[in-house]
Amino acid sequence: MIDDPAKLGPQQAFEAYLAKGRFMLLKSRATGEHVFYPKVMAPSGATDLDWVEARGTGTIYAITVNRKREGCYNIALVDLDEGVRMMATVAGVETVPIGTRVRARIEAGETPRIVFNPIE
Amino acid sequence: MTHSLRGKTAIVGMGTAGMGEAPGFSAMELLGLSVREALDDCGLRLGDIDAVFAATSSHAFASMSVVEYLGLKPKFFDSTNVGGSSFEMHLLQATLALEAGLCDTALICYGSNQRTAGGRLVSMSEPQWHETPYHPRHPITGYALATARHMYQYGTTREDLADVAVAARGWANLNPEAFARGPLTREDVLGRRMVSDPLTAGDCCLVTDGAAACILTRADRARDFPKAPVYFLGAAGANWHRSIQAMPDLTVTAASDSGPRAFEMAGIGHSDIDLVMLYDAFTINTILFLEDLGFCPKGEGGRFVRDGRIAPGGALAVNTNGGGLSCVHPGMYGMFLIAEAVAQIRGEAGERQLERADIALLNGNGGTLSSQVTAVLGSAIAL
Repeated sequence: MIDDPAKLGPQQAFEAYLAKGRFMLLKSRATGEHVFYPKVMAPSGATDLDWVEARGTGTIYAITVNRKREGCYNIALVDLDEGVRMMATVAGVETVPIGTRVRARIEAGETPRIVFNPIE
Repeated sequence: MTHSLRGKTAIVGMGTAGMGEAPGFSAMELLGLSVREALDDCGLRLGDIDAVFAATSSHAFASMSVVEYLGLKPKFFDSTNVGGSSFEMHLLQATLALEAGLCDTALICYGSNQRTAGGRLVSMSEPQWHETPYHPRHPITGYALATARHMYQYGTTREDLADVAVAARGWANLNPEAFARGPLTREDVLGRRMVSDPLTAGDCCLVTDGAAACILTRADRARDFPKAPVYFLGAAGANWHRSIQAMPDLTVTAASDSGPRAFEMAGIGHSDIDLVMLYDAFTINTILFLEDLGFCPKGEGGRFVRDGRIAPGGALAVNTNGGGLSCVHPGMYGMFLIAEAVAQIRGEAGERQLERADIALLNGNGGTLSSQVTAVLGSAIAL
């Protein structure tokens, strides 16, 4: 059992940090670029990647509402202020306009996940 | 300068089977029937096939399964699976193999029974771990996100999207093989059930059964067959992402890269093109590909398709079989782009036959706007 998430591969490390209540991103020391989803290599090819705390703020790039008989929920692409994009959902609302500023929080559960709330 | 692959191979046989609904048949059985049709179309025997190119949504090793089912012993085979764009890529791969002398008679084939087997899109596609927590519904979520972004950025409207579906239905109404026929208005499309905003059920492709196969040979042999050869003029692929999360700009597909390279290989410009076959899994596809392939500026696709521009009688003939929206969509529709191009270029398209059909541009799409493969086919006049 590996206790330190940083010693895991990027996918398991991200999930292990989430389980500990932390939203972490990989960042290259040399180039300063952030990487999402977490990978062993940055788009530039850099592998000098450290886990850093995400600022947690971003902007809605695109959003859709998946409508099913049993209910509906939104799926969004959020551009994080660090310059990377992630799939997520905006919690507690049916939808928000593209361009809405949002803030991340960790939604606890069997599999914890990042969700966003609009910034008032 | 003429590209060394331009005009070097040709489709000499084309077959389809199980178009629409084929209850009681497996995907491989339908595929087999389409191969039989393709062989009968060109007068070749099963044993003449010495190269197999295949992809399906239900066979992990498609060429292997086809080889066994048909009892072939090919010298060359390729199961490249880049979703619905696989078959346009197979045209290029088969041309390379034929031209290199590695084989003489290439079969490209596909089959699916997804409508009668379950009525939903079948996929062997694995979930993307960074997307799974948000329960995207594949493939529509990705296309809906791209549509939402295009509307936001360029003012494209739901009416524009609906016009794509209406145009496709207009063509389908001229095609007895099309699955969805009958009148369809903009209001009908807008009034359908919302599935994933801003896409209604009317913006989504059909879920049908269907199989198709074609036979390719080198051009020097192609004139010896009963029907006029349909020449390979060019093809190119481009792939920048897999999951929608990783698509750099949701309003620009990799067809903006594959398109120009395919045009260059084929040595053609836009004014040379008589028929445009675009993989229309959703109405936004047609708009995006018209832009990315240079038929209109980026962002203008919605306005471009308005009021029947791509419908029968319009300025540009697009998806004359009725497309994935109204003709046939068994999951990996790319093979049917080829089938319609062949029908039009041969002059076999019946009521929907274009007055001139010497050069067809095809754009296959795979994944969530991921793999794009553009191909150009033409008649002897185009050589």
